[in-house]
Amino acid sequence: MNEGLRESATFDRATIHAIQRAAATGVYDIRGWGAKRRLPHFDDLLFLGASMSRYPLEGYRERCDTDVVLGTRHARHPLHLDIPVTIAGMSFGALSANAKEALGRGATAAGTSTTTGDGGMTPEERGQSRHLVYQYLPSRYGMNPDDLRKADAIEIVLGQGAKPGGGGMLLGQKVTDRVAGMRTLPVGVDQRSACRHPDWTGPDDLTIKIVELREITDWEKPIYVKVGATRTYYDVKLAVHAGADVVVVDGMQGGTAATQEVFIEHVGIPTLAALPQAVQALQELGVHRKVQLIVSGGIRTGADVAKAIALGADAVAIGTAALIALGDNHPRYDAEYRALGSAAGFFDDFQDGRDPAGITTQDDELADRLDPEEGGRRLANYLRVLTMEAQTIARACGKAHLHHLEPEDLVALTIESAAMARVPLAGTDWIPGRTR
Amino acid sequence: MDPMTVDLAATPVRDLNQALHAPEPEQRWRVRNPRGAHAIACGLTRPLSVEIDGHVGYYCAGMNQHAAVTVNGNAGVGVAENMMSGTVRIRGNTSQSAGATAHGGLLVIEGDAAARCGISMKGVDIVVGGDVGHMSAFMGQAGRLVVCGDAGDALGDSLYEARLYVKGAVKSLGADCVEKPMRDEHLTELAGLLKAAEFDEDPAAFRRYGSARRLYHFKIDNAY
Repeated sequence: MNEGLRESATFDRATIHAIQRAAATGVYDIRGWGAKRRLPHFDDLLFLGASMSRYPLEGYRERCDTDVVLGTRHARHPLHLDIPVTIAGMSFGALSANAKEALGRGATAAGTSTTTGDGGMTPEERGQSRHLVYQYLPSRYGMNPDDLRKADAIEIVLGQGAKPGGGGMLLGQKVTDRVAGMRTLPVGVDQRSACRHPDWTGPDDLTIKIVELREITDWEKPIYVKVGATRTYYDVKLAVHAGADVVVVDGMQGGTAATQEVFIEHVGIPTLAALPQAVQALQELGVHRKVQLIVSGGIRTGADVAKAIALGADAVAIGTAALIALGDNHPRYDAEYRALGSAAGFFDDFQDGRDPAGITTQDDELADRLDPEEGGRRLANYLRVLTMEAQTIARACGKAHLHHLEPEDLVALTIESAAMARVPLAGTDWIPGRTR
Repeated sequence: MDPMTVDLAATPVRDLNQALHAPEPEQRWRVRNPRGAHAIACGLTRPLSVEIDGHVGYYCAGMNQHAAVTVNGNAGVGVAENMMSGTVRIRGNTSQSAGATAHGGLLVIEGDAAARCGISMKGVDIVVGGDVGHMSAFMGQAGRLVVCGDAGDALGDSLYEARLYVKGAVKSLGADCVEKPMRDEHLTELAGLLKAAEFDEDPAAFRRYGSARRLYHFKIDNAY
């Protein structure tokens, strides 16, 4: 290629390809994954670590606890998890039954919870998950009071970070006999889930809905309210007023099984921008650490876990990273990814159901490629690494529990991240918008 | 034997529901002074008989399984939402989203039902003696909705496989909802539903509506 060729920053190759694809097909692009654009994120924060004025803990021996209790506000049976990293809601339908089972196995081995998704609870998932959160979604596909009572917590989903304001989507190739049966849909239909709940509108109604769910389950289960990150400060306040035990905030980096590309990349705000808003709302209501906060969207490392907790989260949730741990986008499938027009490291066509790794598919032959026991082991390993990494940072900051991390331990590398995270720009005492 | 009577003027709804959820509850219950309270008799799992004298608030008989619940009054939002089985009968009118997402059982509304009656219904049978409001049977997936009066705007919008029978006028049909011919099997089905609801209506006076199935697959011309 001629070294003098200059690529347009505005019309880069991916943009040109998208225009050409739209012109050729007349249909918008639908894909999985979350936002792929560069966004202010936890990478833009650094921990200060101990120094003359801070006393570190010894890195391998001294105790640094990691447990978290979720649902202490009203529920008779809160969840006590060993680690503050949970598995986010992903549906059977979007994922294979083996993948759901693997998520349950991995989460259980690591002492944390996993979550159902649009389409109901499968026996494989319930059977292998010590702590299972049952999602209560607008579609109510597969919504069954017997399953509700089998769950360890209930998550009322108002939205997700990849598509706040949008409903779920499952294209026909994944709506097999079993999936269709669980959702009461015609086999092979391009299923579009409702984007709003059918029997309540607004926060006042949500209060009554939460009471109903508590009555049905005799006030045993913690009730989470999950929102996609948009007007987070107000949403969190309203969720607390409605009676939530736990609020889940999912930033725009959070994944999806199938959504319009334009939706994924242009609706919602980054996790880093949402988290301090959520914490502010909880603090103003006097319920920070009493109504627990789970944050998701782009959590990849123990550093991300530690930073989220330092900013005020009680726990985080992972989705995309969990699938990668199971084997998604693994180089061993590169030739098959390329045959699908993608490549290892780039594959995001979860909607097509032809996932070579056997995770985002309902094809029996492909699904059999994922051994749920082996997948569960990989996920458990990954969860342990996340936890040990977070502990390493916490000890370096002198903390005997991950929850002792605080914003004071952080600085920002960029003005944008300093403003969003509300911590000083490194080397200064300047928090844009808050200090001069 | 007289039914177990609970006066909600003196007893919290929570205590009533916990008694109804007990492992071996009384079979017959009478609830007095509901005064619009929410979530009355929700989450029942046994073939109990519960009669409520007065108006109830949101989500009465929500997620019902096997029980027969009768309200001698009006019902608020989401009566019998996500019902799985059993029978719920409302002697008066209901607010919006009656029978929302319900998977089974029979919901009888002797008066009128407001907007979104049968929204996302998944197998329930709903029989309404009067009118239904706008967006009724929105995204209805399965089950039957019978309306002895009129239907409001956008009936059956984005309908899947739920079947709709309306005796009176339909103000407008929603996206992908069309009128379909009444064949003998539909007359038989409708007669059975009316009989189960204890309504003395002539099935031949009704018209049938269902999905045109044009929205089942993504196409560019689906963009309304």
